[in-house]
Amino acid sequence: MSNHLYAPGHTACSGCGQAMAVRYVLDAAGKNTMVANNTGCLEVFSTKYPESAFEVPFVHSLFENCAAVASGVEAALKYLGKKDSINVIAEAGDGGTADIGLQALSGMLERGHDILYVCYDNEAYMNTGIQRSGLTPFKANTTTSPKGAKSFGNLRYKKPMPEIALAHGIPYMATATVGYPQDLQRKVKKALSIKGPKYIQVHVPCPLGWQHPSNQTFDVAKLAVETGLYPLVEFENGKLIGVRKIKALPVEEYLKVQGRFKHLLGNAEEIKLVQDVANASIAKYNLKIEADTAQPA
Amino acid sequence: MFGPLNCKAGTSKKNKTGAWRVELRPKYLHQNCIACKLCVTACPEGCIIPGEKNAFEFDAAYCKGCGLCAAICPKKDIAMVKEEEQKSK
Repeated sequence: MSNHLYAPGHTACSGCGQAMAVRYVLDAAGKNTMVANNTGCLEVFSTKYPESAFEVPFVHSLFENCAAVASGVEAALKYLGKKDSINVIAEAGDGGTADIGLQALSGMLERGHDILYVCYDNEAYMNTGIQRSGLTPFKANTTTSPKGAKSFGNLRYKKPMPEIALAHGIPYMATATVGYPQDLQRKVKKALSIKGPKYIQVHVPCPLGWQHPSNQTFDVAKLAVETGLYPLVEFENGKLIGVRKIKALPVEEYLKVQGRFKHLLGNAEEIKLVQDVANASIAKYNLKIEADTAQPA
Repeated sequence: MFGPLNCKAGTSKKNKTGAWRVELRPKYLHQNCIACKLCVTACPEGCIIPGEKNAFEFDAAYCKGCGLCAAICPKKDIAMVKEEEQKSK
């Protein structure tokens, strides 16, 4: 068996993006790591009592206080004089970050704990049955934002969590995706080398909730980046230090591979509204690769 | 009394999720493998055993048959085959 810090035998769905992301993050962090995790898919599929898939110390508390528990762990390690050799990682889902756990996260960022907060963004409450969360994208079909004769899915835009975290004046903030594992692992290693509160948001496709075949997890994650709907950015001390430049494919390429956006296909008006979201983020971070002037006419 | 619930690290290994595999299973063809380890990276279970070229194997006790390794293989050296066909051979 290969030497991972996240053991097989966990009960994630086949093709789960989050299970991969957790392994990438833990392998990048190394074994001197403590993990605090709130309720969500990750807790449900990794620590089914009396089993645990984590090969590192792990603590689960409630849905809203992952960041607070991690703060306590960090404070205790500091008191014992062991903080310099041990990483503390708070892992949470998108609902536990953007909706339920936002106050605890805000407090953690404000108090300046030396913690890496990783938000696994699968864009809905997947473990309870695909309810809409604050990070569900515009127009997505979920059980609490259903498509119908007069409805085109989620009415609201995705909550700008990266910007909210950044507004706390934290030393490092990045967005990543399982589609580019090396990029994700580099960002985790970089974040752990910096002192202070860090926030990384990882885009993790969910074959069950997004309704795509389980063998397309990587393709879907890459398409989200390539269409501009999930910009990969990296901020250090409030300054933008890197973005992933993209070809800016039309958003239809991303929408048509997922069942949750099926109702939009063939409706140019609705697709244009989603394209506007992508265009806004492309313009904001200047994501598009500049046209090559040396191209033959 | 209902005290803190503890469990040992990595104990999920006794949970053999291979039984979840209902339709397809990966088959390593061992012909064009270049040992790039992309399949090892991609596997959500982390149950692919790396080795020399053409010597990679997956652990059937845990594989859920998602097909990500076959989809990501740049040399198309992993095929997804029907579960029954594999058994009858």
